[in-house]
Amino acid sequence: MNRIDQAFKEKGNQLLNVYFTAGYPALEDTLPIAKALNDGGVDLIEIGLPFSDPVADGPTIQESSTQALANGMTISRLFEQLQDLRPQVDVPVLLMGYINPVLQYGFERFCARCQEVGVDGLILPDLPMYEYEELYKDVLEKYGLYNVFLITPQTSDERIRKIDELSKGFIYMVSSASTTGAKSGITNEQIAYFERIKSLQLANKRLIGFGISNNESFEKACEFADGAIVGSAFIKQIANDSSAAAIQSFVKNIKHPK
Amino acid sequence: MSEVKSKYLVDERGYFGKFGGAYIPEMLYPNVEELRSAYLEIIETPAFKADFEQLLKDYVGRPTPLYHAARLSETIGAKVYLKREDLCHTGAHKVNNTIGQILLAQALGKKRIIAETGAGQHGVATATVCALMGIDCIVYMGEIDMARQKPNVERMKILGAEVRAAKSGSKTLKDATNEAMRHWINNPQDTHYIIGSVVGPHPYPDMVARFQSVISEEIKWQLEEKEGKTSPDCVVACVGGGSNAAGAYYHYLDDEQVKLVAVEASGLGNDTGKSAATTALGREGVLHGSRTILMQTDDGQVVEPYSISAGLDYPGIGPFHAHLFDSGRADFVGVTDEEAMKAGVLLSRTEGIIPAVESAHAIAALHKVSFESDDIVVVNLSGRGDKDLETYIKWGKY
Ligand SMILES: Cc1ncc(COP(=O)(O)O)c(C=O)c1O
Repeated sequence: MNRIDQAFKEKGNQLLNVYFTAGYPALEDTLPIAKALNDGGVDLIEIGLPFSDPVADGPTIQESSTQALANGMTISRLFEQLQDLRPQVDVPVLLMGYINPVLQYGFERFCARCQEVGVDGLILPDLPMYEYEELYKDVLEKYGLYNVFLITPQTSDERIRKIDELSKGFIYMVSSASTTGAKSGITNEQIAYFERIKSLQLANKRLIGFGISNNESFEKACEFADGAIVGSAFIKQIANDSSAAAIQSFVKNIKHPK
Repeated sequence: MSEVKSKYLVDERGYFGKFGGAYIPEMLYPNVEELRSAYLEIIETPAFKADFEQLLKDYVGRPTPLYHAARLSETIGAKVYLKREDLCHTGAHKVNNTIGQILLAQALGKKRIIAETGAGQHGVATATVCALMGIDCIVYMGEIDMARQKPNVERMKILGAEVRAAKSGSKTLKDATNEAMRHWINNPQDTHYIIGSVVGPHPYPDMVARFQSVISEEIKWQLEEKEGKTSPDCVVACVGGGSNAAGAYYHYLDDEQVKLVAVEASGLGNDTGKSAATTALGREGVLHGSRTILMQTDDGQVVEPYSISAGLDYPGIGPFHAHLFDSGRADFVGVTDEEAMKAGVLLSRTEGIIPAVESAHAIAALHKVSFESDDIVVVNLSGRGDKDLETYIKWGKY
């Protein structure tokens, strides 16, 4: 069974998925950060492939990408770092990135390497749905990878149904019309959107991301979905302190503050 | 706009050959889809066409002259015509597109316009049509470009636009484009993004090419008047993203007797690491929502280009041109900073026309293509040099 399905099966709801950019703040931090997140109790990990032109990202993730690239991060380097991912990390791991670097690496070669190192899924936000269906779906399946699609408050019900059919693992619910890290907190308008999606009774699990930064927003999101994703807030944390102790206390503060 | 069918134009899926498409995150999908599903219907209505043509005539000053540059022709050894897009209101071809898109934005009920700009010509052309229609306008411009095209920054401000500096990445056109896309993601409902070239996700490349196609539509009948035939032997245009070139080639795409020459900026030289010559230095990939040819590292990171001309300082070309390159329909020629500046002075001295530095690249290319003495060559003179005075002064060799 794919580790993503297993995580949802075992843990039910209130899953915490944390995003960070590979090779940030220092080139060799990728695996230690993943391990600290794992040990701190996150339920899924999303590792970002840095890109020079991240149009869907706000300043925090942009800056982490610029820094990671300046540090020398590449896809090849990342796979070398992830050679020791398993068994140090046992939660599911997804790679998230813009499509161009993946195409240059070679899509199938990329998927094969993902499988070798124990990656469970991909999030490729600028890969068009029709192209996924026609060209890449079979490749992902061949290497046991799940593809996660995004939906936003503007995504039509019809398109959401289609995405639900194509998705595996979970659907990434972008919480508002925004780039990453642009807004924080949850408004009534967003709650109406969360409720609308909940009422669609989709086949897939749902995680809410964008604007989730603390225990309050995490718990609110979990009322409407199976869990939530923290990105920019965690990048700010590791920019400040990326020690294992700091990361573990960050995770604890989001999931179970006292 | 008259309808053209060609294997070099977009197919029903939004591709030019294997290039194009819409590689966009879901956050942009509704915006782009709204446009895609509506644009053809809107721009083909008689009311839209009438408004568009009226404004091009009375406001932009079209048709722009097709001028036989006799003294320049002598130095080149062919019969050279200049298509005078530099005489358009605001000083470049860019306004043909912004007129079309502002009318489209109004038809879609949009309340605010955003745009990116490199040289500032597209920003000025956008600020201009927003002032004309009384619509709010925000223009993103790379911090470096703001410094080297200062007069255009001030023009936009006088016209009432807000100019926002793009401070990320290389702080030039590609980053201004990123910032405009981010703005659009954050404001999906009331905002229309007026892209300034034949780049971006489908339907932009097709839509912008259609609005610019008026250039070759006019060349055809103007040449008929002057030469008794509609087709020249060669059409030359500079390519940043490729909108002026797309407009100049549009009606000649299937007329394979017409040689199409696309001129890219080679900066300090293609082997110096300071160039923007995309087809010479790039490979296939995805940039700003379309599959095209772009300058990138082995790892697929977009390379920061360089050209003395802010309007050509872009690491990609539109999918329209990627297809013309890939299919061999157009010849791509590189022109360095130095060659372009010299050509700018040559045109000034032989014809009394100071060209935009972008357009000077097209003039310089005339020295690089071999012509028969009776060949008829049309150069698309995309813009005037007023905005570039500082660049000419800094270069100084005149
Ligand atoms: C005068 C002029 N020519 C050409 C260009 C390049 O754009 P395109 O390749 O879209 O025509 C610009 C862009 O700013 C310009 O101002």
